[in-house]
Amino acid sequence: MTQTFVNWGMTYDWAWFVATIAGILLIALPLMLAVAMIIYADRKIWAAMALRRGPNVVGPFGLLQSFADGLKVFLQETIIPSAANKGLFLIAPIITFTVALMAWAVIPFNSGAVLADINVGLLYVLAISSLGVYGVVIAGWASNSKYPFFSAMRAAAQMISYEVSIGFILICVVLWAGSFNLNAIVEAQRGAGLGIVNGFWFNLLLFPMWVMFLISSMAETARAPFDLTEAESELVAGYQTEYSSMSFALYWLGEYANVLLMCALNATLFWGGWLPPLEIEFLYWIPGFVWLCLKILFFFFIFSWVKATVPRYRYDQLMRLGWKVFLPLSLLFVVLVSGWLMFTRYG
Amino acid sequence: MVDLSQYLPILIFLGIALALSSLFVFLPMGVSRLTGTHNPDAEKLSEYECGFPAFEDPRSQFDVRFYLVAILFIIFDLEAAFLFPWAVSLDMTGWPGWITMMVFLGELAIGLAYAWKKGALEWE
Repeated sequence: MTQTFVNWGMTYDWAWFVATIAGILLIALPLMLAVAMIIYADRKIWAAMALRRGPNVVGPFGLLQSFADGLKVFLQETIIPSAANKGLFLIAPIITFTVALMAWAVIPFNSGAVLADINVGLLYVLAISSLGVYGVVIAGWASNSKYPFFSAMRAAAQMISYEVSIGFILICVVLWAGSFNLNAIVEAQRGAGLGIVNGFWFNLLLFPMWVMFLISSMAETARAPFDLTEAESELVAGYQTEYSSMSFALYWLGEYANVLLMCALNATLFWGGWLPPLEIEFLYWIPGFVWLCLKILFFFFIFSWVKATVPRYRYDQLMRLGWKVFLPLSLLFVVLVSGWLMFTRYG
Repeated sequence: MVDLSQYLPILIFLGIALALSSLFVFLPMGVSRLTGTHNPDAEKLSEYECGFPAFEDPRSQFDVRFYLVAILFIIFDLEAAFLFPWAVSLDMTGWPGWITMMVFLGELAIGLAYAWKKGALEWE
């Protein structure tokens, strides 16, 4: 993109700057639009699973529902409870939403089509998703109210517990791909399965890791069946109980942006990212960007499907699954994967 | 030599994302003052505890198990931090590197088994 602007007669530095800003807006604005549409899709999918219609009044097929909701919360009154710590109370949603946007900087949309092609892309994503905990904890604490505080404690414990197993699962992928760069990981999946299937999911050693990553990513983003942080029968609305207006909506936008990010990571790490599913010439006629979007939508459908059909976990079951099942299993698979690679590739 | 120039777009992204989310938080506050929806009173600003007045200070106490989970997270995240450089350089370190890391993992597995046995992972 920089080259285009240079051809228009800019100096290289200016062209780079303009191209970067354009790239950022090209990620952030469609992402926010996608989040609005994905909330609508979510409601439609649950409705279809419950044999009803879902939103179908605002706009054709209810397509404008999310925008109507957005306008509604935008015009509502912002209430800051008198007991709350005002500064932190206002900073918390800013942190959550900023962090939800930031992680998208390193997701490759096509060969070379990535905003920041950093060598430690995967570590960056891990670091950014750890920062998401702060938005939640600060919100719960600053509200100075009992239920948001409980919810924030639960959310923090849940997120960090599953981050541990996600870390080890990522190590298995990195061992196989030999790099932290997300583009390199996608490239390493070219023809990974018998020279024809693009993706690590095909691999018998990595397939269980993919299943665990899918479940962990639901727990990490506090989606059903792990949505204990907003268990409305016990905790009202969770850590954002005291929020109102757009600050409340920012938590939902952030949550859905994180869900989309986790879907994108599922696609990028295990299902070949922007590569077509099979290594066949004519599949490359469709641009990589489209393949990535299709995979993200597919995983989002799975997330919605699970939310519509599976009952909620109890908190002790959730922690047991994280610490006693996923952590030992992912540790074992680090040993198995690295041992296998030593015998077959590096030994 | 590490190429740091790729981090500049991330920094710019941080600025833009912060500006966007601050706008989302503060703009509606201004708008609601203009449209007249801003109309606070003491009852509206009190904390929400299912309709009752608050029983006690919400920050008085919390379960020690959250603390245990946080400590365990720090240990295992640190362990993962040691695994990252090992994972990308497995082809260079070969068998000695692999065996060394297996010893390290074994020690942490003993630590996990101890925490498990002690009941630090229990939530009854």
